[in-house]
Amino acid sequence: MSRSDVLVTADWAQENLGAPGLVFVEVDEDTSAYDGGHLEGAVKLDWKTDLQDPLRRDFLDKGAFESLLSAKGISNDDTVVLYGGNNNWFAAYAYWYFKIYGHGDVKLVDGGRKKWELDGRPLSKDVVERPATQYSASEPDTSIRAFRDEVVASIGSKNIVDVRSPDEFSGKILAPAHLPQEQSQKGGHVPTAINIPWSKAANEDGTFKSDADLEKLYAEQGFDDSKPTIAYCRIGERSSHTWFVLRELLGKSDVKNYDGSWVEYGSLVGVPIEK
Amino acid sequence: MCGAPKQGGALAGVDLSTQTVIQGSVWHDGSPVAGAYVRLLDATDEFTAEVVTSPEGEFRFFAAPGQWTLRSLSPVGRAERSIAADVGLNETTLAIA
Repeated sequence: MSRSDVLVTADWAQENLGAPGLVFVEVDEDTSAYDGGHLEGAVKLDWKTDLQDPLRRDFLDKGAFESLLSAKGISNDDTVVLYGGNNNWFAAYAYWYFKIYGHGDVKLVDGGRKKWELDGRPLSKDVVERPATQYSASEPDTSIRAFRDEVVASIGSKNIVDVRSPDEFSGKILAPAHLPQEQSQKGGHVPTAINIPWSKAANEDGTFKSDADLEKLYAEQGFDDSKPTIAYCRIGERSSHTWFVLRELLGKSDVKNYDGSWVEYGSLVGVPIEK
Repeated sequence: MCGAPKQGGALAGVDLSTQTVIQGSVWHDGSPVAGAYVRLLDATDEFTAEVVTSPEGEFRFFAAPGQWTLRSLSPVGRAERSIAADVGLNETTLAIA
């Protein structure tokens, strides 16, 4: 696995819009961006209404994921090309999610919607319809997903990477600053976690930094290549961005995303917290 | 949720006795700039949040008291401004030269 297998440029994406065997998928939490104009032929996935279980705090189960992808017209042998707003946070989350359910070929558009818009590239408001498919998912691959007990057991032994902003890490604020600061959790971070904000891995236009810059960034912050890694943020989408960097771009082994993240950890009774 | 809510509009439901709201709009050539990317940087110049401006060029952040920097990025150019915020409403304008 290398950068060219998992990441495509905006130029490549624009040249390959409509190519057979490729499905462009925009993933956002607020899908009004898609509705106002999207890549030609791209389908949308709503992070909240499409990708989360409607009742429990969890993913869709295998059957529901199969139904979703079948309805969106995505086949097992399609190359899924993901992009979205928020510097590709939700697209990276979807990338990780598609990998959990075993989709073969998944790519991210470097820079996502932001670079696309800043470059003034064309957007379409056409309604996209794709014929339904019979999608078949694999059993969930939990080797890339961490749960709370594993996080607690990893304190002091694994790389625990907190990718939130320094002010969230320190407990000064409890959510990214575009959201009201009203949360029930305690502020702070998992003891022994190192704070490497996701934003340090990206350029201002939302593209990823070079492999050399990324290697240097993590090494300088005390990331230990010999240890397994768990990344977390607040709800698991910014840490998907870092999971993508560590596992897919840099090829680190044994990297998990803890999607329960601080909303779960900071609400647990009795677990240690550092501030 | 973690995506940004709609930018601009009323502050209904926001408790200004506890929240530190930093809001304003991005302007260029006498007009508001819609679809600009505005990021909030902390006192060490580290990224804290980013939103896209509304059709009226508005942005809004929920921060904490202290020193912040706002930086906007758009096809028509960029602008930057520092702001010292307190609990309550802190308003500013980013003008792209």
